[in-house]
Amino acid sequence: MAHQILVHAMAAGGSTTVEALVKHPMDSGFVKDKAGKLIPPHYIEVIEFTHNGKVVLTGFWGPAVSKNPFIKFAFKGGKSGDSIGVSWVDNKGETASTTAKIM
Amino acid sequence: MKFAYLALALLVMTPGALASNKPDPASDLKAFQGYFLKRFPKIPLAAYVNGPYDFSKSERAQWKQIMEFPPYQFALDHGRKLFEAKFPNGKSYAACFPHGGIGIAQNYPMFDPKTGRVVTLGIAVNRCRVANGLGKLKLTTGPMADILAYMTDTSRGKTIDVTVPDNPKALAAYQAGKQYFYSRRGQLNFSCASCHVQAAGMHLRGNVLAPALGITASFPLYRSKWGNMGTLVRRFIGCNKKVRSVPDKPDSAAYRDLAYFLTSMSDGLPIAGPGARP
Amino acid sequence: MKHADQSKPRSPRRREVLAGAAAGTAAMLIPPVASAASDAGAAQASIYPARAFAQTSEAAALQAMFGKTPAHSSEVRMSAPDIAENGAVVPVAVDANLPDVTTIAIMAIDNPFTMAAAYKIPAGTSTAISSRIKLAKTTKVVTVVESAGKLYSTSKQVKVTLGGCG
Repeated sequence: MAHQILVHAMAAGGSTTVEALVKHPMDSGFVKDKAGKLIPPHYIEVIEFTHNGKVVLTGFWGPAVSKNPFIKFAFKGGKSGDSIGVSWVDNKGETASTTAKIM
Repeated sequence: MKFAYLALALLVMTPGALASNKPDPASDLKAFQGYFLKRFPKIPLAAYVNGPYDFSKSERAQWKQIMEFPPYQFALDHGRKLFEAKFPNGKSYAACFPHGGIGIAQNYPMFDPKTGRVVTLGIAVNRCRVANGLGKLKLTTGPMADILAYMTDTSRGKTIDVTVPDNPKALAAYQAGKQYFYSRRGQLNFSCASCHVQAAGMHLRGNVLAPALGITASFPLYRSKWGNMGTLVRRFIGCNKKVRSVPDKPDSAAYRDLAYFLTSMSDGLPIAGPGARP
Repeated sequence: MKHADQSKPRSPRRREVLAGAAAGTAAMLIPPVASAASDAGAAQASIYPARAFAQTSEAAALQAMFGKTPAHSSEVRMSAPDIAENGAVVPVAVDANLPDVTTIAIMAIDNPFTMAAAYKIPAGTSTAISSRIKLAKTTKVVTVVESAGKLYSTSKQVKVTLGGCG
């Protein structure tokens, strides 16, 4: 399944609000599949947000972050058309990244 | 007390049918919606599509936060891609539906006079696939739920209009669906109405039971418990299993007719799907 | 309470902002949009505080993450439900009215692993962060904020019950 990251970034009143929905199973390692076997842990460990290349938030996630994680935060500055970057790496070494423009 | 009141309400609901023995969807609709409006006078008709969320402030707040970036968004995007993709023969889903399949979900399930059967939107999608040389999709989840999510999204806000035509087979299907809805089944001996009419708005452990009125409007939906999308028929199967009854087949007449009756009872309410529920 | 809103999600137009393409493992499936990967930056696995996320008590997780203990502060704010609709998806919003915040951590005390999420806050980034976490059972949820080198925290009990609806 392709990795996907959906991003909304809106500039208003001198700051930019970023919301992201990240497609990822975030398997905790404590849940069994239909056959009764534990599904091994598989979760994003580090997610990083950049604004025009500068880091604006680094998230460290454990297996307790919900499936298809959602995050919302804001930073000072940013204007319409600026680039927001998102990248993550998970505990299996898989990575994904995307960019979006501030609305 | 509530049960007595309800029994009375159910009796009041059926005089037309008793008098003439002919199903009367229009009077049923009035009685069905009137029952909820009278029992919960603070909740306006259109708000019933919010399911349990007008009955619990805390659940409503959590739902609002979930809907900030709805978890069905990936399914919606995927469904759009699937819907717009060309079949091997060069055609696509759009050619199978009126208005290219856009903004039509509020008219399903629909009675098909040719086959004399009820066709849900999912079954219509599968018919389209078969007509174009493709296999049927599973009606409960996966790509079908994604396609339905997209098609339903193009109907969001449109008024549900499932009018039962004055056709003996259509009326019989409607009546069979109604019968199913009110019949007790399973080891626990629950009917659909036990939970979604009598106990609507009450807690079943941690969940608030959604009223039957408006309940179809948010399907397909992303259920946190499932961790993915499911269609109305997936929910039927789940509810049947929960009362320890043997579920019917997803494309069975029983579920088609049930969907027909249940959706027609929400006539006049807006489509609010795809949705998100716990 | 407003009843009229039928939970309308955002206008679809806003949603179309999304996305160049995915990189990494997905690159085999989807050709990345030119330069998307380089603009997007690259999260480094090496900076992950793995030891803090492996702890099973509040004290051990705090020790591993910060090496110190917090004082309760009403300037740390957390919004979480009293009763979770579903323990797998519990919305938690945190904020802090404190200067020079560098780290915010969210812990679920009775989860198998205590640390749920932690955020590095560079200068200019707001301390208000919303996310969704899993709670294995009814538990105290603690938010810890590192401000000017000191730790402050607040907590809230979130009840997780079984759903009845299968």
